[in-house]
Amino acid sequence: MNPIMNQDPAAPSSTPAPAPPPRAAAKPVALSVRDLRAGYAGGAAVLKGVSLDISERRVTAIIGPSGCGKSTLIRCLNRLHEALPGAFCDGQIMLGGRSVLDWDPVLLRREVGMVFQRPNPFPTMNIFDNVAAGLTLNGERDRAKIAERVESSLRRAALWDEVKDKLKSPGTGLSGGQQQRLCIARALAVEPRVLLMDEPCSALDPVATARIEELLLEIKETLTVVIVTHNMQQAARVSEYTAFMLSGELVEFGPTQGLFTKPADKRTEDYVTGRFG
Amino acid sequence: MKRHFDADLEDLRGRLLRMGGLCEEMIHAAVKLVVDRDEGLLSPVQEWESQVNRLHLEIDDVCLKLIALHQPAAGDLRLIAAALKINSDLERVGDQAVNIAETGVFLCREPRVKLGDIPRMVEVAAGMLKDALDSFARGDVELAREVIRRDDEEDRLKSQTFNELVHMMQRDSSSIARGMDAILIARNLERIADHATNIAEDVVFMVLGKDIRHPAEQARGEPRPSGA
Repeated sequence: MNPIMNQDPAAPSSTPAPAPPPRAAAKPVALSVRDLRAGYAGGAAVLKGVSLDISERRVTAIIGPSGCGKSTLIRCLNRLHEALPGAFCDGQIMLGGRSVLDWDPVLLRREVGMVFQRPNPFPTMNIFDNVAAGLTLNGERDRAKIAERVESSLRRAALWDEVKDKLKSPGTGLSGGQQQRLCIARALAVEPRVLLMDEPCSALDPVATARIEELLLEIKETLTVVIVTHNMQQAARVSEYTAFMLSGELVEFGPTQGLFTKPADKRTEDYVTGRFG
Repeated sequence: MKRHFDADLEDLRGRLLRMGGLCEEMIHAAVKLVVDRDEGLLSPVQEWESQVNRLHLEIDDVCLKLIALHQPAAGDLRLIAAALKINSDLERVGDQAVNIAETGVFLCREPRVKLGDIPRMVEVAAGMLKDALDSFARGDVELAREVIRRDDEEDRLKSQTFNELVHMMQRDSSSIARGMDAILIARNLERIADHATNIAEDVVFMVLGKDIRHPAEQARGEPRPSGA
């Protein structure tokens, strides 16, 4: 299968760029995935040879119907997938020129953070400690430095103003949308290169969703984001690149605007127009 | 999977084609008024214009509702974007036809004026509009491109007509009023051909997702405001 990759949507469109090689994103590349196959114990492969390059400091959205392998793909990127009993994964994933297999999984997950579908603040910790958790686990003992990082992370997650007067309150006492931003702040606190988001807004109301989307547009200035979403309008709004997956294969990958206005593959057209099924 | 949305899009197409059909009727009636000096045709042209204007409002409304309620993408989005633009072009075509009819009423009261290439201009402009609408109905890119190519012929005929009428007015100053009216009619027909060209360009975009307008600017690669 040859997914289609077009030119960088953020690059000036002054001259028609020559067609880049398949699966080559605009440089620099944050994560490079080649021929990734993955699955679960006793089952067929969920990912059947996926290759794509995730551009640095861009938002890449992954869309596709349930069961297409979107979540499995991003869980392979920080080696969460392999933590499941019987799960298998082969192919190549490169982060910063090194295979992720050569990384210590704990260090890798510091570089490649993750935010899940349901907000999951640590229930026994207050707001401050939730954000500081990653830093203290990594051995940081300087309280002033920790406090500074907690504040900057909460500010980047657009939560500071709402929680600055109750940092000692439990994280689980916040609203769903605030809890999700708390989780984003927690992920940002360890200064990852990449943030993976697995349907981060699916449990949130439209207002909380809009806040997360605004936040994404802010943090992508300094961070690479990969977001799995069922909400195609969300993919269209927040991402520069979109990958469409179907039955474990990458059908099409390219600039979001092109994929939503003139998809190259009929299956993508059927999916984004709701004809699928 | 057949969607309810498909029925809405079909309805939108139907309304545009109905509006296009009315515009074609208007052009033919307006020109017949001029050629046959039949002032009685002004009234039906005005009545059709009123229908065209109503459709103009309705189609804009339908498009906005479809965008707001369905957040269309890909081919659906291109169809609605094209429909919005074609809607505006057809409304302008209707206005041009009314202009021809109204100018024709003045001409009916003057001695007969030599129409030069105007009958041929009518044939070309009305043919372009019909084919542009057919290309929209069938998603026929080749026909749309053929319409675009024919615009040069209309421009050539307009220049020729202008020259003939200017010579006529230079030779006979008493013909200036009716000569100017005939020039206005030629200008209206040329504008109808331009609108048909716009429609054909929108059809190419609708089908291929390719923007073929303003090729000179595109060849120079001037960036667009959206940065896209």
